[in-house]
Amino acid sequence: MHITQGQFSFLPALTDEEIRVQVDYAISKGWAVSIEWTDDPHPRNVYWTMWELPMFKIQDGAAVLFELTACRKACPNAYIKVNAFDNTRGVESMVMSFIVNRPAVEPGFRLVRQEDAGRMIRYTTVAYSTDTPPGTTHV
Amino acid sequence: MSSIDLQQILREANITEVLDQLDVDLVGLTPVKQRIRQIAAFLVVSRARLQLGIESSQPNLHMCFTGNPGTGKTTVALRMAELLHRLGYVRKGHVVSVTRDDLVGQYIGHTAPKTKDVLKKAMGGVLFIDEAYYLYRPENERDYGQEAIEILLQVMENNRDDLVVILAGYKDRMDTFFQSNPGMSSRIAHHIDFPDYSQMELLEIADKMVSGMHYAFDEGARIAMSEYIEHRRNQPHFANARSIRNALDRAILRHANRVFENASGSGSQASVEDLSTLREEDIRASRVFHGGLNEK
Repeated sequence: MHITQGQFSFLPALTDEEIRVQVDYAISKGWAVSIEWTDDPHPRNVYWTMWELPMFKIQDGAAVLFELTACRKACPNAYIKVNAFDNTRGVESMVMSFIVNRPAVEPGFRLVRQEDAGRMIRYTTVAYSTDTPPGTTHV
Repeated sequence: MSSIDLQQILREANITEVLDQLDVDLVGLTPVKQRIRQIAAFLVVSRARLQLGIESSQPNLHMCFTGNPGTGKTTVALRMAELLHRLGYVRKGHVVSVTRDDLVGQYIGHTAPKTKDVLKKAMGGVLFIDEAYYLYRPENERDYGQEAIEILLQVMENNRDDLVVILAGYKDRMDTFFQSNPGMSSRIAHHIDFPDYSQMELLEIADKMVSGMHYAFDEGARIAMSEYIEHRRNQPHFANARSIRNALDRAILRHANRVFENASGSGSQASVEDLSTLREEDIRASRVFHGGLNEK
């Protein structure tokens, strides 16, 4: 199941060159770019793991690609996203975020039904990829 | 497409302008200017080759500038960055100037993030490492400099199209540095040696600096300056153009003092000429004329 989160997720995967140009745009706006990765792509999972520190004061998108290459090498089967943070007073939030790496197989989500009092059913979704220990490939 | 207009590449990139500016701004340094012209020609040709598809990989552009202090290495590095930027070899063309302190950490595990941080900031531009030989300290085998060198080498090799590294330092010490780091030597394509300035060139530099600061020498001051240079060159810690700049800064202080005392003494007004002319006594008061640095 192809996860659609953040920007560009309905498009074919961005090439490295396209990622670099996007990051260049973020840099031109003065945003701090960071890389994050996770095994659990649940849409409510906002706490992805940081890869290194956010990059302040970089001048070119190549710096992000440099870290992204390292991150892909370390966790090839994880979801990786590139974020841009705008620290302008009053904004102070992520203003750009897109997925740049996906596992070879995206297992998707399982629907869990919880029976509650009075035959009520509570529904919740759980990512299959969290069934196996972190960092291992889901088969 | 089987032919290409080299003139057009030159025109588009405005290279001639940069090279001419270099000729006008920098006094002397003929061998350096020649080498830069050669490199510029090489860059234009290899860009044409890239466009025609004869060549597919970026040429190796890392450089090493050797020479005594104050011979214009940093200035030339700035120009080089502009040249590379205009020809499209670096995307942003900024220069990040660092020394050992910015690259090497203080404890285990501190060096790699620090070096990578600097490298990331320099990407898209030029990384200028001043006094690069300090990175390697053979007397201490546990020195973290070696770690910085290894990361540097790796990035110089793999991210060739993202940044250009320029190492700078004294000739003899750089030679020793390269002898003990053969990997570094082989990854640097262009070695440029900066000669010392001659007496006449230094005087010309002094003239340029003075007019750049909107002052002028009077007749006697210029002769005094020439003699000053002659004395100063034979004294220790002579740093070419930098020594001249320092001498002028001190002369300007003396000038200000003189004008101020004149004005407060007789209450007279200072004319534009008074305020902008350096006189002989401003230069002559230097200790260089009285035995140099050792005599106070």
